[in-house]
Amino acid sequence: MEIKRTIKYEADRVPGFGRDVMSVPGCEALEHCIQCGTCSGVCPLSIYMDYTPRQVMELVRSDFKNEVLQSHTIWLCASCYACTTECPRQIRITDIMYELKQRAIKEEVYPKRFPIPVLAEEFTKMVHDYGRISETWLVTKMYLRTNPMAALGMAGLGMNLMKTGRFSLKQDKIEHREELAKIMEAVDHENGKAKA
Amino acid sequence: MKYAYFPGCSLKGTGRAYEESLLPVMKHLGVELQELDDWNCCGATAYMAVDEGKACAAAARNLAIAEKSGLQQILAPCSACYLVLNKTQHYLHEYPAMRQTVSRALATVGLRCDGSSAVRHPLDVLINDIGLEAVKQKITRPLKGLKVAPYYGCQIVRPYATFDDQSNPTTMDRLLETLGATVIKWPLKTKCCGGSLTGTLPEAGLRLSYILLKEAIKRGADVIATVCPLCQFNLDAYHPKIAAKWEPVPIPTVYFSQLMGLAFGLPADQVVLNRGMVPMKPLAAAMA
Repeated sequence: MEIKRTIKYEADRVPGFGRDVMSVPGCEALEHCIQCGTCSGVCPLSIYMDYTPRQVMELVRSDFKNEVLQSHTIWLCASCYACTTECPRQIRITDIMYELKQRAIKEEVYPKRFPIPVLAEEFTKMVHDYGRISETWLVTKMYLRTNPMAALGMAGLGMNLMKTGRFSLKQDKIEHREELAKIMEAVDHENGKAKA
Repeated sequence: MKYAYFPGCSLKGTGRAYEESLLPVMKHLGVELQELDDWNCCGATAYMAVDEGKACAAAARNLAIAEKSGLQQILAPCSACYLVLNKTQHYLHEYPAMRQTVSRALATVGLRCDGSSAVRHPLDVLINDIGLEAVKQKITRPLKGLKVAPYYGCQIVRPYATFDDQSNPTTMDRLLETLGATVIKWPLKTKCCGGSLTGTLPEAGLRLSYILLKEAIKRGADVIATVCPLCQFNLDAYHPKIAAKWEPVPIPTVYFSQLMGLAFGLPADQVVLNRGMVPMKPLAAAMA
């Protein structure tokens, strides 16, 4: 039996984290959270989360950086925006979840073989390389990096897609890939400059 | 009426039945669609999770191409594309820093985006530009006796509902009734289908789709009508997995545009019911 402390120490905080998140466009209103729990109530996935959305809001505001960035919660958010729509304080909870996902990827604290962030990364890479998504290749790449054996369980689905003419191995691409690459590079440049 | 058309990746892939049915329906209604030249992926929900600045810039390239084309209205049928393009417009208007970053990035390739175009959903265009009266005039085979569960999903009304209510949208209900169908009471119309979690975390994702299918059958629906390629995929293609995990809930899920094509009497290769995996029997019976 593993005994774990369930109450957090104040020393676990990373002072300034909450302020920093709340300074990001779209995340400002977090300051006004009244901890009513409407977000957790309407969230279709909160029953699977280690911290409910309401708890994540308070953890962020109270500087518990490590807890939120390592939580499953941020990856379980399916971006249905139910919480954002229902929040009585107009907090854009979905956008805060996006901000936390970006930070978890940047700091490399997400579970490496967890399919959700892996899918996000492979998706992004494919947009960079080709400008468009080809679903078959995207899913294949995700399985190869997370659980190659599980791909076998997808054979039936592939067959059905073939039967209905919805399966394609063609990697769709845009014509001006260099244009998109240049735009992306310029964003990196701008952001680097902004931080310097 | 002429619109710039942003298909998105899914409508060229697993969601091709959406494009294959929507284009003839729009043409039948006298709407001209011009596909955006060399459009790129909108970024969907995945890109925002990795890099917001780049996600906005990639989406804004499409907005810039639309502005260059001179067409003020962009038709985006896919829910994710519709949301992301709208979100980008909002960010460009609301956040000067983001606008500056994106404008400078676009300028490196001679593109410009002043955020002047409107991103529209087909339901919005059908109700507000074309009008249900014009739709009614094209009906040759009313969908009499067909009971439909209207499924809007998340991202066309949330968070930027511009043409419908966020928790109880009714545009598709009204459209389906105009087609002669019976719209069933369906409190799950904006509940999440699980999105990409059906693939990444089946335990959670598939259950959400299962609940939708089960409740549609329980409420007497013959068919579910959707507006989103991911919703259609989850409710249709994952049915065998859902049946194995819980119980068979075989109800077909089609795009609203396929039902329009049926009611307009368009040929089978423009209604493309053959693209569905769950048998379309209830639909065929209702049409006989």
